[in-house]
Amino acid sequence: MPLHVSTFTGEHRKMSEETPFTISSFYKFVSEKRLMAAKCNECGAEFLPPKPMCTKCFSTNLKWIEVDGKGKLLTYTIIYIAPEQFQDMTPYIIGIVEFNNGLRLPGIIRGVKPEVIKIGMNLKIDFEESVSSEWHAWSRYFFRPV
Amino acid sequence: MASKPLVSIVSAGLSQFGRLEGMYCRELFAEATKEAYNRCPNLDPMKDIEALFVGHMGESYEHQGHTGPTLATWAGLLPKPAVRLESACASSGAALRAGIFAILSGMHKIVMVGGVEKMTHRTTAEVTEYLAMASDMPFEQWNGITFPGLYALMATAHMHKYGTTEEQMAQVAVKNHHNGTLNLKAHMQKDVTLEKAMASKVVAWPLKLYDCSLITDGASCIILTHPDVAKKFTDRPVHIIGTGQASDAIGLYEREELTTLKAAKLAGKEAYRMAGLKPEDVDVAEVHDCFTIAEILAYEDLGFCEPGKGGKLVEDEVTTLNGKLPVNPSGGLKSKGHPVGATGTAQAYEIYLQLTGQAENRQVDGVEIGLTHNVGGSGATACVHIYRRT
Repeated sequence: MPLHVSTFTGEHRKMSEETPFTISSFYKFVSEKRLMAAKCNECGAEFLPPKPMCTKCFSTNLKWIEVDGKGKLLTYTIIYIAPEQFQDMTPYIIGIVEFNNGLRLPGIIRGVKPEVIKIGMNLKIDFEESVSSEWHAWSRYFFRPV
Repeated sequence: MASKPLVSIVSAGLSQFGRLEGMYCRELFAEATKEAYNRCPNLDPMKDIEALFVGHMGESYEHQGHTGPTLATWAGLLPKPAVRLESACASSGAALRAGIFAILSGMHKIVMVGGVEKMTHRTTAEVTEYLAMASDMPFEQWNGITFPGLYALMATAHMHKYGTTEEQMAQVAVKNHHNGTLNLKAHMQKDVTLEKAMASKVVAWPLKLYDCSLITDGASCIILTHPDVAKKFTDRPVHIIGTGQASDAIGLYEREELTTLKAAKLAGKEAYRMAGLKPEDVDVAEVHDCFTIAEILAYEDLGFCEPGKGGKLVEDEVTTLNGKLPVNPSGGLKSKGHPVGATGTAQAYEIYLQLTGQAENRQVDGVEIGLTHNVGGSGATACVHIYRRT
């Protein structure tokens, strides 16, 4: 393939018809209630969010892997002063969750009272039914107790 | 013994910090440059200053981009090359490095570096939104994570891992507010008690209102020269003897650790190596206390104490104005204010005053080595500089 052709997006993807390894694709999977990450076929590094190029070995030979959405809470905060589009939800809990394969995502935690939230607790990813019409019109994921 | 100077500071200026109604960035910057020009009568700005590097984070505030020549026009520096550097809250730390590079390259002998931000004419919601642009959009902003929220995530992790307390964080606020009462240019020249800080409104638990720095207008500038020509302009230049900068993942969730800013640690390590100094050699420091937990992280990342002991360091009053290692004598971002683009060189301004004995009633006695620590965003950028008195 000529070097000037994009290997990341569009019609000329390298050797495969795979979904491009982009954030938009990640959120498209979220709309299908799937937590998907990228894995490098050369060095085995895994990426969440996905990246179109392996940032460990610079290969673009990647594949999608489905991630088990269960994990542990690494840290959290309770947001009282929120950006405009989140103000009707305050106070809401934000956490960073580490999934069983070591990958992490930040997100809103629902179904847990602030008094009982604890670092190390088991959480799992869940998905909203509706696609947001705000900003990039992405689907939303969130976390809840197992 | 410390190594040879990279560049020398021959003058510095700072505008008033605060809610400065009716002023534009360029006018604030002119105020800062006027002080720098006044301090250095041997310098002819138009003839001697060869280039301008300025830090400025957001064009949204004034609907004004192209900040370099805008500020050069008002600072009387036309037609010299003028460029803006953006690295969120570390924008002018990055501008300072750009100025150092310009001199070390041999291209220039004398340059001005500085920074500016005009924020208070916008609503808190707007400022929150503009500041959030320095965090990861598709995962952090999209999920309703604010800037205080990001530092709160680090604070919770630090409390869990090391037993750091909300009181220790509030003590950073008490200390820095007290220092701010001694700085006529500080935004909030008002003491705060531990009780009041602890009882203030929760912004992003565990961070409360008094754990957060201020939304402030202000500008700062520094005049840098090649060390060989510094004495032409002043009898007591301050030398910059170490500089370091590093980057980390834009998303907090992609970082190796949540209880340390790796970029700050690496930037500090590089600056110490270049200066041939160790953390215990530092006599006075200005660190990036955008939130109180950030100052505690700074102590640890810069090696002022062991990891996890930052809360204890402030509790033991080591970093107060009369302590063994005064930190943020200016009042810091916490009470002097945090006009984000101006902060990096405002820190350098304070260290310049301290090392030349011009810090008036907040002067720390017998200081020889100073350090600045300027962080962008939630820690994806960090710049550390080390300074020596002549």
